[in-house]
Amino acid sequence: MASYALRDVSLVIPDGQFIGLIGHTGSGKSTLVQHLNGLLAPTEGSVYFNGEDIHEKGYDKKKLRSKVGLVFQYPEHQLFETDVFSDVCFGPRNLGLTQKETQLRAFEALRQVGFPEEYFYQSPFDLSGGQKRRAAIAGVLAMRPEVLILDEPTAGLDPKGRDEILERIAALKRDTGITVVLVSHSMEDIAEYVDRIIVMNRGSVLFDDVPSVVFTHVKELEEVGLAAPQVSYIMQALHESGMPVRTGATTLEEAEREILRALGR
Amino acid sequence: MGIIEAKKLIFEYIRRDEEGNAEGITRAIDEVDLDIRQGEFVAILGHNGSGKSTLAKHINAILYPTEGIVLVDGKDTRAEENIWEIRQRAGMVFQNPDNQIIGQVVEEDVGFGPENMGIPTKEIWERVEESLKAVGMYEFRKHSPNKLSGGQKQRVSIAGVIAMHPKCIILDEPTAMLDPNGRKEVIRAVRALNQVEGVTILLITHYMEEVIHADRVLVMEKGRVVLQGTPREIFSQVETLKELRLDVPQVTLLAHALKEKGVPLPDGILSIPELVEALGYGNGRRSG
Repeated sequence: MASYALRDVSLVIPDGQFIGLIGHTGSGKSTLVQHLNGLLAPTEGSVYFNGEDIHEKGYDKKKLRSKVGLVFQYPEHQLFETDVFSDVCFGPRNLGLTQKETQLRAFEALRQVGFPEEYFYQSPFDLSGGQKRRAAIAGVLAMRPEVLILDEPTAGLDPKGRDEILERIAALKRDTGITVVLVSHSMEDIAEYVDRIIVMNRGSVLFDDVPSVVFTHVKELEEVGLAAPQVSYIMQALHESGMPVRTGATTLEEAEREILRALGR
Repeated sequence: MGIIEAKKLIFEYIRRDEEGNAEGITRAIDEVDLDIRQGEFVAILGHNGSGKSTLAKHINAILYPTEGIVLVDGKDTRAEENIWEIRQRAGMVFQNPDNQIIGQVVEEDVGFGPENMGIPTKEIWERVEESLKAVGMYEFRKHSPNKLSGGQKQRVSIAGVIAMHPKCIILDEPTAMLDPNGRKEVIRAVRALNQVEGVTILLITHYMEEVIHADRVLVMEKGRVVLQGTPREIFSQVETLKELRLDVPQVTLLAHALKEKGVPLPDGILSIPELVEALGYGNGRRSG
């Protein structure tokens, strides 16, 4: 008997979107993202990148993987060079770039993730958790991908470390127009940063919409092992208690504005 | 006398370079005093590197004080003859469930601890049953741990600790790798152990929502306990917590922001019903 890890998934990701991909453990998120850079091949159906079928004969998969950069969970486990700078150089060097270009890109990538210059030549093992994580993300950015996929980039970091990484990614998106797919278990982070949320359940897409719409489906989200950001619950509780607030707010700023409006301030 | 006591606990280690030469001394724990009562639920907050896990490892006798003293149920952790008793009385649950499960079948995994303690077979099975029931995993007793979700695996890890009948459980970021549902399951199990069985809980976490049910919150920074109080007392200090690289529950932040805009609200609102009440919409009162 065959079991489906993904089933009937159709989606289009336009250039420059910031997408949040959520779903409980085992819902198919990681399987889906591994299809996007060709690590896994579909049993049926097709995956297109910039209009080309990535499983056509003769399609350059190596190039695809440099264009669709995937940062795995706990990427710091994959740091292996003796110093951070060499580690970040590994990707671009493998693309066959000159030494000068390789170093230029490594330097730029480390700057983009806010990695402090004084640690460039330190061993990755001497760094804090947040710094290791940044170094690992820089390693993918150094290939200059058009799409950056991050599988739980903030897992295990403290709140400040979480914010710092996500702020960097948001800034990168603003500055370069890179497309970002963020896999996360933190509904609050998702609500704060993304333009669009794709909710996976049992290998299928359950919801695909803007955060203010997805997070009104509180009951359905809970049924599939997820939740809405606490703000959504707050707005819902206020609404149900009779306060004249709309319930679409998903971030603190939106909630604050909406409550002040309802209070006539 | 508390179940866990630390007096002027100091822990230092020698930093070494790649050749193994000493570079200097780092003080990871700096004169910490602790007094945790039997049955208390204590949460420890602090950013990465603040000393939380190092402190936790002292209570389980994985690390020993450089100076000062740690007593678990009155027993000094430095005395070698006390180690097994201390580890049985203060069980530890770590972040990654996959690193803590060794059995091929759930019930075997849970029985491993008591078996090692030389408990008679009949009693082992009794303990396995009660432990799995306590974390709501009894129906999975015959399953392979590999097929479980993260939250379920972590609850099996906790059952494995409970089966040793500890007086205290130390959980070091037990929910860091779990999805929202898994987090809820684990926290629910931990609270039930505390309230129903009276097990002392020491919970280290980065999720502020998990802390609001604690009796007491300790905030660590640079190896010291810098803040200490009830969740309400701690979360009233929004600005201080932000300086310490910590977060505050969203409902508390929202109340704080509204208050700054002139809405008359008390400090340290911790739950949604409290906010609803404080805004004048409590008890299902409806204003049309």
